[in-house]
Amino acid sequence: MTQPLLEVRGLTAFYGDFQALFEIGFSVAEDETVAIIGANGAGKSTFLRVLTGLHASVGQDIVFSGSQIAGISADRVHKRGIAMVPEGRRLFPSLSVEENLLIGASGGRDGPWTLDAVYDLFPDLTSKRRNPGTALSGGQQQMVAIGRALMSNPKLLLCDEISLGLAPKIIKDIYAAVPRIHDLGTSIVVVEQDVGQALAVADRIYCFQEGRVSLTGTPETLTRADIAKAYFGIDEEEAA
Amino acid sequence: MVWINALLQGVLLGGLYALFAAGLSLMFGVMRFVNIAHGDFIVVAAYLMMTSVLIAGVNPFVGIGLVVVIMAAAGYLGQRFLLNRVLGKDILPPILVTFGLSIILQNALLEIFSADSRRVQTGWLETASISLNDVVALGLLPILMFVAALAVLALLQWIFYHTALGRLLRATSDDAEIVPLMGGNNAHIFALATMLASGVVAVAGVLLAMKTNFDPTAGPARLLFAFEAVIIGGLGNIWGTLAGGIVLGVAQTIGAQIDTGYQVLAGHLAFLAVLVLRPRGLFPKTIG
Amino acid sequence: MNEAPALRFGLPGLFVAVVLILAVAPFWAGRADMRLLMEAFSFLALAQMWNLLAGYTGLVSVGQQAYVGLGGYVFFGLAMFTGLHPLVAMPLAAVFAGLVAIPTGWVAFRLQGAYFAIGTWVIAEVFRLVAAQFTALGGGSGISLPVAIVKSIGSSTAGREMAMYYVAFAIALVATLGVWALLRSRWGLALTAIRDSEPAAESLGVRTRRTKFLIYVLTAGMTGLAGAFIFLQKLRISPEAAFSVNEWTAFVIFIVVIGGIGTIEGPIIGVVIFFALRGLTADWGTWYLMMMGAIAIAVMLVDKRGVWGALHARGVPSVFATTRSLRLETGTTLPAASPRVEPAE
Repeated sequence: MTQPLLEVRGLTAFYGDFQALFEIGFSVAEDETVAIIGANGAGKSTFLRVLTGLHASVGQDIVFSGSQIAGISADRVHKRGIAMVPEGRRLFPSLSVEENLLIGASGGRDGPWTLDAVYDLFPDLTSKRRNPGTALSGGQQQMVAIGRALMSNPKLLLCDEISLGLAPKIIKDIYAAVPRIHDLGTSIVVVEQDVGQALAVADRIYCFQEGRVSLTGTPETLTRADIAKAYFGIDEEEAA
Repeated sequence: MVWINALLQGVLLGGLYALFAAGLSLMFGVMRFVNIAHGDFIVVAAYLMMTSVLIAGVNPFVGIGLVVVIMAAAGYLGQRFLLNRVLGKDILPPILVTFGLSIILQNALLEIFSADSRRVQTGWLETASISLNDVVALGLLPILMFVAALAVLALLQWIFYHTALGRLLRATSDDAEIVPLMGGNNAHIFALATMLASGVVAVAGVLLAMKTNFDPTAGPARLLFAFEAVIIGGLGNIWGTLAGGIVLGVAQTIGAQIDTGYQVLAGHLAFLAVLVLRPRGLFPKTIG
Repeated sequence: MNEAPALRFGLPGLFVAVVLILAVAPFWAGRADMRLLMEAFSFLALAQMWNLLAGYTGLVSVGQQAYVGLGGYVFFGLAMFTGLHPLVAMPLAAVFAGLVAIPTGWVAFRLQGAYFAIGTWVIAEVFRLVAAQFTALGGGSGISLPVAIVKSIGSSTAGREMAMYYVAFAIALVATLGVWALLRSRWGLALTAIRDSEPAAESLGVRTRRTKFLIYVLTAGMTGLAGAFIFLQKLRISPEAAFSVNEWTAFVIFIVVIGGIGTIEGPIIGVVIFFALRGLTADWGTWYLMMMGAIAIAVMLVDKRGVWGALHARGVPSVFATTRSLRLETGTTLPAASPRVEPAE
């Protein structure tokens, strides 16, 4: 078996005295799309923040592309090839759409993702390139945020709640981009509250509950009942 | 006619105040950092200019370059190794550290250069002037200084809106937390912002040294002028800051025209008036 | 927390003992010591007020010299031109300073955070420049208090000095115990909440802006009282001396920060350290001032909580228990409240 692109073992994280993550084990293979589901406060976003180096972890074992990245600062993690679409999009309001995209390329690697490639993926953005990023619709803003992350040609793309607050039609459009991103050699982790969406897009699912991985599996093998139990923690023993 | 003269002198003075203000507002914009020692840095630059030209005998133009390089390097290192360590949500540490720096700088200058006031002589430039009529005469030096200030502000504007560094600085100003997710190193970006601000401070200090007498305690007043110009202009953009500088400069020269003792007071009162009537400044930032 | 009982009861006991010893200082201290103590009391009052303002409400002012000078000038004006007894003129000067702080604060509160700090400095400069215009009070060069007024406090030098000593002692005591009483009152909860987290305080229904404004006015009045006393002791006032940012703000901030901001004990320790350092190094001239600056920087870099904060975190119990300062017991968070940047109205 080849080594996975990302392998996390025993990852623990705190917010002050509050323990947010407990001994998380997690992996992503090359060319895989992984979804993390779970209720609000399950630790999904914290987990992504730890992976990117924005938040410190206690467990010091995050192997990415064969090297240890635990404890490395966020800008260095980015240079190793992990990009993130942060929760709430977080576009830079005083930058135009194109400038937002260009910021994503600073310090990144060369590869298939260029301005043209992003405009090709999201044609809606082409006519808005000079507009301030925040003058766009929610869906278009999300497209800019994804494009901005792609501009560094990451090996791994982390997407935090990209469907949040968007209309179903827009969500569909955005998720339509996932296979194309995938085809150009980027593995993807999506954090989703929408279980249906996650099951549709992912090769593998992790369910987080109260800071622990409560369930993992492929969409085909997981039953609705399993997921409900892991998601809401109805059965305490199962959750532990 | 004397009032028109005062008005024009005030406009020219405003260029210098806008330069004082630009560095302060740049640092605040990028990292929400207010440097209480800002005025003392300007005075340090003035002393550096005086030392290199009068004592070391360097050509004035080389001297300006030298001061800019020294100040910019010091700005980068100071931010990277000292000021970055106190940045954060708590506003007290940066205020205190720069307050401490201000006192250290003033007393160090006092120790080195004594309390005597100094000036960098500019030879024939000092008296050369352009007379519009018998009352209104504009000194060539103030005009050149105003042009220099405009040039520096335009350069700053260009860096901000047309270079990758400027883009990064604006992004950091918007949302510093996620800039590392784009590969930016905040410690380095903050230091670059201070480097840029210190370069502007250096030019401001050089102009101050040529324009007027200065002594080791001249810094705080410059900090206040810089601050007033920033607030009067509103935190919008560089040209707002220029407008703020000009309003302050005009208020001061008009005040001085009434009574020389009123110069600084009139500037402060203009600032307070703007604060009361238009608390967000004359040209506030409009996001969107 | 396992505290040594000796410390728990020992420290308040020590405080009471020191207060009692100081209460009879005129009977054991020499003239020079008395003068030094009076100066220390003035600084303690200023430090308690700055600490109340910055340490609890997060209003970092570098313009409190405005009220020191105002208190001093109004006191001189009242004593010289109305014939009021100095001991009556002093509290009136304090009230006046508090009243002036109402419109002044209304303007200053349009600025937030660090900009508030510099704004207060501008206001203090305006006060200084205006004071220099009052020719009746000596204009820019200043004026001395007429001997007759000084004599009205006490006919003999010794009697006068004793009266003045007790005034200074009372001011320091009122400032310190007043802050303590305030923190133990229903205001205390609001202030501690604001110190720890302003947004959280607001969400709990604390009217933070109003609370902060009232504290600003209150500290201005008390600072004015200290100012009135300071210039009674100096017997001479000038705009430069009255509105000196170094003397009445920089030193006061150093005292609070070195001692420990956001605590009542901090300013007391800070005053002791400040006067000890000054005594040891006063003849160093500018180097002494540079050292003060360096110490302030060092405290911020090493431990922002200052001497008392660091001791407290290591288990030394409070002398002035406010019972509600939950956060201090855990000693994990930062000393000063961090004011939000909110758009001016």
